[in-house]
Amino acid sequence: MLIKETDYGTPASKSEVFVTLEIDGHEITVPEGTSIMRAAMELGTKIPKLCSTDSINAFGSCRLCLVEVEGRKGTPASCTTPVAAGIKVRTQTDRLANLRKGVMELYISDHPLDCLTCAANGDCELQDMAGAVGLRDVRYGYAGDNHTTATRPSGEENFRFKAKDESNPYFTFDPAKCIVCNRCVRACEEVQGTFALTIDGRGFASHVSAGMDEGFLNSECVSCGACVQACPTATLTEKSVIAKGQAEHSVVTTCAYCGVGCSFKAEMKGDDVVRMVPYKDGGANEGHSCVKGRFAFGYATHKDRITSPMIRDKITDPWKEVSWEEAITTAATRFKSIQEKYGRGSIGGITSSRCTNEEVYVVQKMIRAAFHNNNVDTCARVCHSPTGYGLSKTFGTSAGTQDFKSVDEADVIMIIGANPTDGHPVFASRMKKRLRSGAKLIVVDPRKTDSVRSPHVKAQFHLPLMPGTNVAIINAMAHTILTEGLENKAFIAERIDQAEFARWSAFIRERSNSPEVLGLAAGVDPEAIRGAARLFATGGKAAIYYGLGVTEHSQGSTMVMGMANLAMLTGNIGQRGMGVNPLRGQNNVQGSCDMGSFPHELPGYRHVSDDTVRQQFEAVWNATLDDEPGLRIPNMFDAAVEGTFKGLYVQGEDIAQSDPNTNHVTHALESMECVVVQDLFLNETAAFAHIFLPGTSFLEKDGTFTNAERRINRVRQVKKPLQGKHEWQVVCDLAQAMGYDMRYNNAAEIMDEIAALTPTFKGVSFARLDELGSLQWPVNDEAPDGTPIMHVDKFVRGLGRFMITEYVPTNERTTREFPLILTTGRILSQYNVGAQTRRTENVMWHAEDVLEIHPHDAEVRGIKHGQMLSIASRMGATSLRADVTDRMAQGVVYTTFHHPVSGANVITTEFSDWATNCPEYKVTAVQVTLSNRQSDWQDEWETRERENKRVAAE
Amino acid sequence: MLIEGMTIAGIAAGATKGYIYIRSEYPDAIATMKQAISIAESANWLGANIQSTDNSFQLEVRRGAGAYICGEETAMLESLEGKRGMVRAKPPIPALIGLFGKPTIINNVLSFAAVPYILAKGGAAYKNYGMGRSRGTLPFQLAGNIKQGGLVEKAFGITLSTLINDFGGGTFTGKPIRAVQVGGPLGAYIPASKLDIAMDYETLAAASAMVGHGGIVVFDETVDMAQQARFAMEFCAIESCGKCTPCRIGSTRGAETIDKIVAGENVSANLALLEDLCQTMTDGSLCAMGGLTPMPVMSAVKHFPEDFTRHQRIAAE
Repeated sequence: MLIKETDYGTPASKSEVFVTLEIDGHEITVPEGTSIMRAAMELGTKIPKLCSTDSINAFGSCRLCLVEVEGRKGTPASCTTPVAAGIKVRTQTDRLANLRKGVMELYISDHPLDCLTCAANGDCELQDMAGAVGLRDVRYGYAGDNHTTATRPSGEENFRFKAKDESNPYFTFDPAKCIVCNRCVRACEEVQGTFALTIDGRGFASHVSAGMDEGFLNSECVSCGACVQACPTATLTEKSVIAKGQAEHSVVTTCAYCGVGCSFKAEMKGDDVVRMVPYKDGGANEGHSCVKGRFAFGYATHKDRITSPMIRDKITDPWKEVSWEEAITTAATRFKSIQEKYGRGSIGGITSSRCTNEEVYVVQKMIRAAFHNNNVDTCARVCHSPTGYGLSKTFGTSAGTQDFKSVDEADVIMIIGANPTDGHPVFASRMKKRLRSGAKLIVVDPRKTDSVRSPHVKAQFHLPLMPGTNVAIINAMAHTILTEGLENKAFIAERIDQAEFARWSAFIRERSNSPEVLGLAAGVDPEAIRGAARLFATGGKAAIYYGLGVTEHSQGSTMVMGMANLAMLTGNIGQRGMGVNPLRGQNNVQGSCDMGSFPHELPGYRHVSDDTVRQQFEAVWNATLDDEPGLRIPNMFDAAVEGTFKGLYVQGEDIAQSDPNTNHVTHALESMECVVVQDLFLNETAAFAHIFLPGTSFLEKDGTFTNAERRINRVRQVKKPLQGKHEWQVVCDLAQAMGYDMRYNNAAEIMDEIAALTPTFKGVSFARLDELGSLQWPVNDEAPDGTPIMHVDKFVRGLGRFMITEYVPTNERTTREFPLILTTGRILSQYNVGAQTRRTENVMWHAEDVLEIHPHDAEVRGIKHGQMLSIASRMGATSLRADVTDRMAQGVVYTTFHHPVSGANVITTEFSDWATNCPEYKVTAVQVTLSNRQSDWQDEWETRERENKRVAAE
Repeated sequence: MLIEGMTIAGIAAGATKGYIYIRSEYPDAIATMKQAISIAESANWLGANIQSTDNSFQLEVRRGAGAYICGEETAMLESLEGKRGMVRAKPPIPALIGLFGKPTIINNVLSFAAVPYILAKGGAAYKNYGMGRSRGTLPFQLAGNIKQGGLVEKAFGITLSTLINDFGGGTFTGKPIRAVQVGGPLGAYIPASKLDIAMDYETLAAASAMVGHGGIVVFDETVDMAQQARFAMEFCAIESCGKCTPCRIGSTRGAETIDKIVAGENVSANLALLEDLCQTMTDGSLCAMGGLTPMPVMSAVKHFPEDFTRHQRIAAE
């Protein structure tokens, strides 16, 4: 069945005062401020409408929704007229019928009559309304002035006619079908906040214009799809719908891109996805989407997908396609023989933040129970491991503290080391909406990101710090607040461990932590730091959102604790609109951490050395578990190079591209005897693998993802696994072949086991998720429906704990030889290592990674925009083209790592967070020079791309 | 008077900022107004702490960009905010949520200009002028085919014929009057037989006409009223903001339908269609622009039906 969500016409009112009115003789009670249209819809009465939809504010332009109100003159529009107590509304009268018919007659007099061959046939509100009002005749004829035909009846060219804009790879814009309802323009403004669309001209000449009438692709449009979603006609239509026709059924599932975790309806014809439509009841996105989730799902059926298991003896051999049995047996035999030869600890595995909780859970279970060691780690190691460490030390739990929705109630928003408009676009839209309605903004980032300045958004303070000096800034802010007496004394007295606070207070008050001293280290004006601190402390409810610009540093964990300190100091924790929130990079990085992917922790963040906990798992798993923590990813690599670590199971992660110091990683991989890769594609790591187990895309998975706000969302199977098996089944098969009996009938059983063993997941089951849509952990007896806001009355650890956060500069220093600091990030259209987005039309926006460099730094090196550059660090060198831009601060250069050939991680160093080994991706001293060729590494990469990914012909 | 009236209104309402929106077509008015404001400022009748009181009030002249619709109060607010002049739906009324989201009082210059007089001489004195519920005076603008055009400020209640004949001296061509359009381009046409009508809100409304801004345009017997009706639709088509459907598409279709009538094409069916369209525009439009366009059209059809059926007759003959 195709899920059709109810459109109430106008947004819900948040009022807590209720009024009762009468509509067509039926009484209804609704919150004050509700429109008559919405109240009617609550009763099930559909008032005809075209220009209104409940994702945007009422507009009142189509004039179809006119009603009569007893005792009031005229025919007010029901979308713009709020309810009032006791009024009697009539939605259908002869007068209204005539008016509506008159309006529809006008609409249709300027609309093509090609309904039968129109892409929106069956999904067109204009068509529906023509039917609803009983339009039978258009007495004006069709020969008048119009936007629908290229030539006039006279044969002259019709100057009003505009050809279809097909520039966007995913949707078309056909002005001939436009009814100028402004829904797209308003969605672009109100929902997405990009302001790329407008109405140009006036009167009959009014038309939708992308940018300055320059076409969608060339305009500021970010292709989020909000306009397509809002369009009531065929004017904005997905190209996939044009090609395939209307879907016949839909399945609600969760996007597999970033940590926002948007819910989508996969609209299907058979097992073919026609389009992905953002789901209004999705807790994280509430009907909004971005270019990746909405459109970039074509990778799931890309020709590069590997659907057969493959093996080979040497990594230089071509791959040989084999049966599942042979692949599994080979993997098990090789792993067992490695363990016999090199010891129990000589193999391990890496879980994927891209896979479901259930898939991750079985992998770590296999490693602990079938490999008999704790050599399991996850890609969170290289992104948010400091979050786990820092937040659990201070608050007692390692996750973001508030739900996305409550940003609506924040008065001050501080973004640190995150670029939400690119990395977490759907959250960014929500945040920008709040900013437009008056919240203040502080941005701490070396780059002038779009959050610093974009239409109707302007940061009150932008602190453009030198990469690596986050802790300096956060300490200086805390110093300002404390020495100026702006701290929240009541909160501190009630909620905080006093001894720790006294210790911290003495530390932070030291002059060495003042903005005047630390501002110098960070390269930021001390007055700006003080101003930002005062705003944060006194501006109302304050919320911190941060990204990898915080964690991926040698002081990543220190900075996380510094932010927690700041939130506690100002009492900004435990209520809606305030908190400390990591913007998680990957769809299930929260979940993979929760599921026990770390070498020292069992599911639910419980240490492997805890006998009570371990015994619980041993009882259920029927296995003996190692009480010693295993190897972290960097330790695995080091051990591999040393010759003591020989076998690795890699679940859906491309360590050869994403991990720092690529040369070291590839050397480690080359040193291993059995590397098993489970993935959709022959990725960079697969070039070094011996066994390839094809994985499933999110469309084929059945399970759950947990997003950055701890929201457990269902991932529902939309189509059969292309390679015939669920990933968890493959893992079970391997565990069995290794001699450990692990089996489940379905993914729901895995979740039941997780719930039974993990206190924070106690109340989670597929049935409960299906019933409630989603659940935010902890879900337990105290909070059976989940916990949107954490630490409400007390911290998870009891009293909040201030941690000493001394600023220690990174060891990665600039010198005369390497005078610039390279920092890395991502771009809207591409995702992480790009394995998915590079296999979609998204490459139209970002075909290659470039090096952003400040005009001054470029000029002294004689660099012009677009020229080929060599970027060299102490580790290695690569070549990229120059993007000369004042987005960058002087002395800092920036690139993305979406394309493997860019080799961004050839240059990054092995410095890492002192507490968690999270790599310091964000700070690398480099020199940039003009170049006329690609680097040696890039030559090697091309050779390897050719040689190591060959598949033998049948 | 305007500066003084706005300042008083500002103080009364607790506003400290006023805007005067003048069309770019009136550069002299803009220059004069700006000069007047700067004189008032230098004499401390505007600005901070007016005449050493706690009252402050600033005035700013904003120039329109050539859109008639920006005379509509909410479109004017949009224009003042730097946006396209597009009508807002009401509620909320501007007095609650107006310019930049703040409560705003919007008045015609005439209303503001009347304030100093009322405060100086009292309400009773002001009430002495006019009749019925229409009190005070209005500067009527005599234009069109008239011997002596110009402004005549009189109390409400004066008859149209007094204004045209006594003050205007009849038509410029000397030919008999056939129709007079009262109240601006969206005002009704009044036939020569009804020029005794009193110029006040109630009387004109009762006659399906309106005072509007007090404009009076005189036409002699050579006028083609079908063309005048078409002009009203065309004016609306050009000046519509394009937001609501009846006005955006209806005005264009209205002009086309009148063309068909004039061409003798299905005249009675098209006249019925025109009437339906006018009903849709009157009841369905978002603002007075689309809502009032039918007024000149339907008054022309009602009082001068022969101009619409002439071509059909010619064809029949």
